Amino acid sequence: MSILLMVSRAGAGSVICASYGETDLSTQAEHSSTNRRDFLFVATGAVGAVGAAAVVWPLINQLNPDASTLALASIQYDVTPIAEGQSVTIMWRGLPVFVRHRTPKEIEEAQAVPLSDLKDPETDEARTKPGHEQWLIMIANCTHLGCIPVGESGDFDGWFCPCHGSHYDSAGRIRRGPAPKNLVVPPYEFLSDTLVQIG
Amino acid sequence: MIGAMKMNMNKLIIAAAALVVGLSMAPVAQAAEAGVQPERQAWSFGGIFGTYDTNQLQRGFQVFREVCSSCHSAHLISFRNLMEEGGPEFSEAQVRALAAEYEVADITADGGRRPAVPADRWPSPFANDQEARDANGGALPPDFSVLAKARGVKDPFPTWIFNYFTGYQEGGVDYIHALLNGYHEEVPESAPHGTDGEPFQLPEGKHYNDYFPGHAIGMAPPLADGVVSYAESEDGQSVPQTLEQYSTDVAAFMMWMAEPHLVSRKQTGFAVLIFLVLFAGLMYGTKRKIWAGIEH
Amino acid sequence: MSEHSTYVPGNAVEKWLDDRLPVVRFAKEHLMDFPTPKNLNYWWTFGAILVMCLGVQIVTGIILAMHYTPNVAMAFDSVEHIRRDVNGGRIIQATHAVGASMFFIALYIHMFRGLFYGSYKAPREILWILGVVIFLLTTATAFMGYILPWGQMSFWGATVISNIFTAIPLVGENIKQLVLGGFAVGNPTLNRFFSLHYLLPFIIAAVVALHIWALHVPGNNNPVGVDVKDSRDTVPFHPYYTMKDLYGMVLFMIPFAWFVFFAPDILGHADNYIMANAQVTPAHIVPEWYLLPFYTILRAIDFNILFIDSKLGGVIAMGGAMACLLVVPWLDTSKVRSGTFRPMFKWFYGLFVLNFIGLAYLGAQEAAEPYTTLAKVCTAYYFLYFLVILPVLSRIETPKPLPTSISESVLGKAHA
Repeated sequence: MSILLMVSRAGAGSVICASYGETDLSTQAEHSSTNRRDFLFVATGAVGAVGAAAVVWPLINQLNPDASTLALASIQYDVTPIAEGQSVTIMWRGLPVFVRHRTPKEIEEAQAVPLSDLKDPETDEARTKPGHEQWLIMIANCTHLGCIPVGESGDFDGWFCPCHGSHYDSAGRIRRGPAPKNLVVPPYEFLSDTLVQIG
Repeated sequence: MIGAMKMNMNKLIIAAAALVVGLSMAPVAQAAEAGVQPERQAWSFGGIFGTYDTNQLQRGFQVFREVCSSCHSAHLISFRNLMEEGGPEFSEAQVRALAAEYEVADITADGGRRPAVPADRWPSPFANDQEARDANGGALPPDFSVLAKARGVKDPFPTWIFNYFTGYQEGGVDYIHALLNGYHEEVPESAPHGTDGEPFQLPEGKHYNDYFPGHAIGMAPPLADGVVSYAESEDGQSVPQTLEQYSTDVAAFMMWMAEPHLVSRKQTGFAVLIFLVLFAGLMYGTKRKIWAGIEH
Repeated sequence: MSEHSTYVPGNAVEKWLDDRLPVVRFAKEHLMDFPTPKNLNYWWTFGAILVMCLGVQIVTGIILAMHYTPNVAMAFDSVEHIRRDVNGGRIIQATHAVGASMFFIALYIHMFRGLFYGSYKAPREILWILGVVIFLLTTATAFMGYILPWGQMSFWGATVISNIFTAIPLVGENIKQLVLGGFAVGNPTLNRFFSLHYLLPFIIAAVVALHIWALHVPGNNNPVGVDVKDSRDTVPFHPYYTMKDLYGMVLFMIPFAWFVFFAPDILGHADNYIMANAQVTPAHIVPEWYLLPFYTILRAIDFNILFIDSKLGGVIAMGGAMACLLVVPWLDTSKVRSGTFRPMFKWFYGLFVLNFIGLAYLGAQEAAEPYTTLAKVCTAYYFLYFLVILPVLSRIETPKPLPTSISESVLGKAHA
């Protein structure tokens, strides 16, 4: 019978696996003391394994976003200065985000499109917040390969991506071209009529 | 023979101790001559069990904000730190409102400035070091971010050896507390004389302080009884509005700024040490079992 | 060394691998079956503890490098960023900083163990010299690492030590500029020290591999210093010494953890929490504690010797102090290895240890009496020990009778 003894070297976080036959240990071991010894070895190995895991976790966790990055994971933005028909690009989690104040015409166009015409079917209501339909907030990277589409252009009164020719409509939905998905709407909510919190 | 070796080592250790004691007599005499050693205070965060007192940190922040921050920066501190666990623990709404009272530079904002948000750093009172000097009679008010750890007290022998075992790390705050209480309106009798026996000459625009190296400090006494109005706590208990109380509170706050994770660090430490002692016990048992019967 | 091998490939895959790259055989021979004297005491566990220390420094160092910025404008703040914002950063950074001190504690114990038990004597001279090389490389690595936080002590330590080069006649100033990448310590210095600080540990690891190779040719020395005669004198490295070494490591981690979690800054200097400033020197500048003995020797030479000025003299003395370690195998020619059997050596050795602690203590004191005189006395004894006492003792001392074998020396000492 051989025992597998795992002993951690907590410092480097490495684990040494060692197995050895009991004949190495003692020539006069009795059965009862063998059991006690087995228990001691297993307990030591188990505690060592717990220790090794406890050391390894922080060494990995340090790779996660740090506190200064997380502090910017959620931002608040006051949309008051954006006039109808204008849009601004703001940064959120290192990505550009379009905030567009849509005209009634754009909203009407977007709502009138039948879902069957869409490559990635999604209603305009699902992409805006009730009561704030004039505000369209989307991550500004084309869902094809990540370029920034140009606003107020393309064949659908929305955005046009110059890199590979994707056309998005006035709700940011893909209508033609290589992009597979609509422009991504980030999680956001209106804290008041004009203050929006993204993330 | 190993026994002989051990005896030899014991002798060595005793002899080493004797040498260290002998060598250290001189510095003791010297320290006494140099005069005023800051007095150790009973800090809530001192010792291995010490933690920050949230109320004290909040009061200390008030002193910092109303008095110190008009000259001293704290550029490593973000508003968000004020609501983090183990610190003053203000609520998020309080911090957001506080931040909004300040403006920070932001090249993407209209006019290059915008109200601060919790993620922003604490704004510095001066644009650069030179401006800070010009406004303060040529003396640069040091940044507060890690100041509590950047000052220390040189303990005589054998105190500095005991410090390794007590984990004493409060020399900086002891010094800050002492400094804030160490002002004299006039140069006192105790002031050191020059090498030529001349009485102490206080340069123009400087102030005499017992604890400041060289005793001539550029900062006028920043705190006095009653300069900051503490709010009464909910249970009607009021904290004395004295220089002693202000200086203790602001020093504690500075310690937190310098070492914001002190509480969680010590908590982890207890878990680690208990684990190591337990594990060492098991390892010892295992080692003995393996070596049983081997003459060595 | 294959005579120790008891490895028999268990199956076809192991056999296939063994014919092509016998790593399993190698590991079994050198990490498990290697015959090790059975009388090694706990001073011998520091070799394994040092391997652990190197591992800890490399792992934590690689992590710190992910968050650190080697630029004079940002280095100080980036270290604070690690302490404040990075997940677990305060503890990882403290482990690296405290780890440097723990590394040197283990290193000095390991070296003094070798000096007492005569582990540098034939046939282990190369083993010893490789160890001294590791010590010098570690010192250089630690010194460059201390620059990186870019505090006042970092900056002024680098300034003082780099001025050592100017002691060299004629080309000194040019060498200093070459090392610093400028006329004074600055951004190029910080950048190259960061690069070298990252590189050197891997070179150290390579020399450690050579060190262990050189150890496994003659095998371990032992506390009685007599050679292994037969298999009754030894036990297989595993499980006996793997377990003993691991136990030693866990014990060593207790003070290590104490400092990391309860006094992370106590081994450093408060001044290093002030960002580097080329216009202000700290009132009291001191190197890290582990460099103090050699720093004292450097400072002790405050007088000109013939045509050698005091500055060059100090540098020569410091270099000589390290060179003594390299040649000690040929200075101490006594046939008896272990100090246990050398009645006179024991006392001079004890005094040497105290003297070394004294040198460290004096390095932290200001350059004033009585310290300057004491520093000269201690420096003199350091050199006397190597250059006079050891060679003379080898000739005049009558050692105590040696046991005939390791197993004889441990008879009747079974530890139940």
